[in-house]
Amino acid sequence: MIGRLAAAPGPEPAPLLPLEVEGLVVELGGKRLLDGLSFTLRPRRCTLILGPNGAGKSLLLRVLHGLVPPSRGRLRWAEPDPARRRLAQAFVFQKPVLLRRSVRGDLTVALAARGVLRRERRARIAEALALVGLEGFEGRAARSLSGGEQQRLALARAWALRPQLLLLDEPTASLDPAATRMVEAIVRDLAGRGVTIVMSTHDLGQARRLAEDVLFLHAGRLVEASEAAAFFARPSSREAGAFLAGELLA
Amino acid sequence: MGPLGISGEIGEAAVTALRLLWSADPELLAIVALSLEVSLAATALAAMLGLPLGALLALARFPGRGALVLLVNAGMGLPPVVVGLLVYLLLSRSGPLGDHGLLFTPTAMVIAQTILVTPIVAALARQAVTDLLEDYREHLASLGLRPLAAVPVLLVDARYRLATACLAGFGRAAAEVGAILIVGGNIRGHTRTMTTAIALETSKGALEQALALGFVLILVVLAVNLAAAGLQRMARRIEG
Repeated sequence: MIGRLAAAPGPEPAPLLPLEVEGLVVELGGKRLLDGLSFTLRPRRCTLILGPNGAGKSLLLRVLHGLVPPSRGRLRWAEPDPARRRLAQAFVFQKPVLLRRSVRGDLTVALAARGVLRRERRARIAEALALVGLEGFEGRAARSLSGGEQQRLALARAWALRPQLLLLDEPTASLDPAATRMVEAIVRDLAGRGVTIVMSTHDLGQARRLAEDVLFLHAGRLVEASEAAAFFARPSSREAGAFLAGELLA
Repeated sequence: MGPLGISGEIGEAAVTALRLLWSADPELLAIVALSLEVSLAATALAAMLGLPLGALLALARFPGRGALVLLVNAGMGLPPVVVGLLVYLLLSRSGPLGDHGLLFTPTAMVIAQTILVTPIVAALARQAVTDLLEDYREHLASLGLRPLAAVPVLLVDARYRLATACLAGFGRAAAEVGAILIVGGNIRGHTRTMTTAIALETSKGALEQALALGFVLILVVLAVNLAAAGLQRMARRIEG
């Protein structure tokens, strides 16, 4: 997979992944919130981070994105340059953070921040909005959109940045079922375009629909890391079994 | 004098006031114009000082920042007469800036009002940018924008609240009397403004003139409030 990427014609960026995480520990305010996580993130996979509330899902995503520094342990990316790693990633928050401007203005700030040339921005914006079904929304105030539209806009913005790795923190947690299905369709579409997806959720149905790989966290520890089919068929830990049976608070 | 007498007097005064306004009495117009000039100049200066100061206090971390925030917030409640007194001492002939001969000039009034208004603008601007940064922080970090590079984004997105901060400052300046009375001296045709004239005319018992100016002042305050409400409506549309 990596070989194929490197051999691709044109200015294909250097691969960001795989990522090897070794003994990741995060302590904040004297509390150990992530406790010795080790796993490998493979390129072009859709990985779902599962676990009950407070397991450390959001925090793990933020560490991967470089928003929170690890207290101990190592993250070994294929891309050695931290600045380029940032350029190769995008993040979608549970509650979309949209600027107090038009849809176009919001996307323009993101593209400009990532160094996309002015003449390329218009086409990128139009294409990204089309991908999420928000064609013609350029002039609307970004924050006046409905919850589902706002999250789709956040996805469009993420895709406009052409990430290799897209991190999503419970992107459908505050959406109704219809909006949730639209977001899932977009995530699947992006995965089909070769974007590596890492997404947290506490929605088991969603995990079954989207996941190729599963990371199951419980109380800051990585209890299981396996392919989705195996995880759902035969969870090997007591915690994961209880979670799948609905006996752990999701 | 019974209540009827008072209301009759006020009624008469109101009629005279409207007549003065209607006839565009030149002295009245000059007073209104000077009031607006002084307050607008002070607000413009306060915006130039207060907006960057507020943004700095919201974005930068430096020793003494906490104390400065406290000082600015306390400055919102500065008693105008005390500010007037301090500026008076600064500008009086024997004061450190006495050589410039600024005391009892409109410039002195602008200086005093700028001191009163700057903390208001700075404190409101700091709060606006702080709130916005709280909301945007992770997104801006995710985009790889450093705090300094994020300043234009934050200032543009805080535009309605920053404009409201300036309006609040102007409202304070336009209605203020203590400071400009002390440093301006309420000199007829030179430093007489609406508020100082109202104070004087009322003390002389010339209620028509006082009321006429009072009406204009209330109109100005109303206009400021209307503008603020309009800004808020626009902001809600953009900010969701």
